[in-house]
Amino acid sequence: MSRPHGGTLVNQMASDKKSERLKEEVQDMKTFKLNSGLRKDVQNIANGVYSPLTGFMCRVDFDWVLEDSRLNDDTPWTLPIVLDITDDEREELSEGEEVCLETEDGEPFATLKVEELYGFDKKRMARKVYGTEDMEHPGVKRTMNMNDHLVGGDILQFKDNDSDFEKYHLVPKETRVLFKEKGWRTIVGFQTRNVPHMGHEYVQKTALSFVDGIFINPIIGAKKSGDYRDEVILDAYDTLMGEYYLKDRAVMSILEAEMRYAGPKEAVFHAIMRKNFGCTHFIVGRDHAGVGDYYGPYEAQEFFDQFPGLDITPVFFKSFTYCEKCGGAVDGHICPHDDEYRENFSGTKMRNMFKDGKTPPEKMMRPEVAETVLKHENKFVE
Amino acid sequence: MAEKNYTTVSIPKPLAKKIKKRMEGTGFNSMSSYVTYVLRQVISSMEEEEQTEEFSEEDEEKVKERLRALGYLD
Repeated sequence: MSRPHGGTLVNQMASDKKSERLKEEVQDMKTFKLNSGLRKDVQNIANGVYSPLTGFMCRVDFDWVLEDSRLNDDTPWTLPIVLDITDDEREELSEGEEVCLETEDGEPFATLKVEELYGFDKKRMARKVYGTEDMEHPGVKRTMNMNDHLVGGDILQFKDNDSDFEKYHLVPKETRVLFKEKGWRTIVGFQTRNVPHMGHEYVQKTALSFVDGIFINPIIGAKKSGDYRDEVILDAYDTLMGEYYLKDRAVMSILEAEMRYAGPKEAVFHAIMRKNFGCTHFIVGRDHAGVGDYYGPYEAQEFFDQFPGLDITPVFFKSFTYCEKCGGAVDGHICPHDDEYRENFSGTKMRNMFKDGKTPPEKMMRPEVAETVLKHENKFVE
Repeated sequence: MAEKNYTTVSIPKPLAKKIKKRMEGTGFNSMSSYVTYVLRQVISSMEEEEQTEEFSEEDEEKVKERLRALGYLD
């Protein structure tokens, strides 16, 4: 199993005793309401998903992540994890004080020790993270809409993790124990935000042939309009794994985080998070975490070359198709047949079929999976 | 932007010569960036070997209980 990124699995969850005390103490603190994305960031820091981060980034880490894709201590890290605040909030705060963080519903759940308050250049952040300043890019749009100041400092969560999918919510400490109990030494992580089609199954099982177990880790959180809803993805995977995977070789739990669509930088970030869950390998496909045509199809795979000490082995897949003559999913390495025999696993086509209440053909998707998807009235994010 | 700390390390000239030769065709444009790349690899594999037990027995038992309750373990 991989050791946690940076060497230690971070635990910023307060003990039961301390939680009780903090629940009292926060009543006298200034409070900041966090949106669901930031709340997930806090939860991921607290549970060690973002190890070695113990809080929101201060300026030195922020700057070096943008410039060098590394933290100030040289640990690889590709995306800034920051908390933005308004002018008024900036005025209210002083460095050194402790503040209470609330959910959108006004429920206190964590504290933040304000270590540094600083301004930032949004265009620079967009350019460095997304490689573009184009407002059509969802990550750029989000960056440009951020408040003007950042606050860095350690967090401490004193409330239990909050998840709409409790049954599927495992934290790195739990997956590490689980993998150990299953006797897995090598584990491949699979990131997804889609319902599984035959191409996904081909990739997963090909990778699984070389390791002890697969960790399917759908990302749950705000997505683009037209993406599958979280419950649809989970139900579809439950069906697929129940029918076609060995229970002792495959595990699914969710990752509550927001997609940034940062392509290459997000692909490495995805690998780092799975390393913290205990994975030794991570599947990186074509245009991983990309959107539109902002990134080259294999740019994310090439970006991994810059991180020789990442300690999680990326497993690269090129594009794969269905080949009529081979009778299954193939890629360019294994199928000698011409394009006339090949058909793409088109996610858009399958989505459109579902929108029309139709079942994708068996060669594209397991009928049981398709049936599960069709059972959902609201399949897609509005 | 905050300045990242860099330092200078002395290495024997014959070794530097070997490194320069090895760098050819790698795409690295300076010996410093090449040596940094190699050292990051070396340090990382050394750290990998130093892995220690992560959780106390009590902690682990608590986790197992939850995993059983959720159906991940029998």
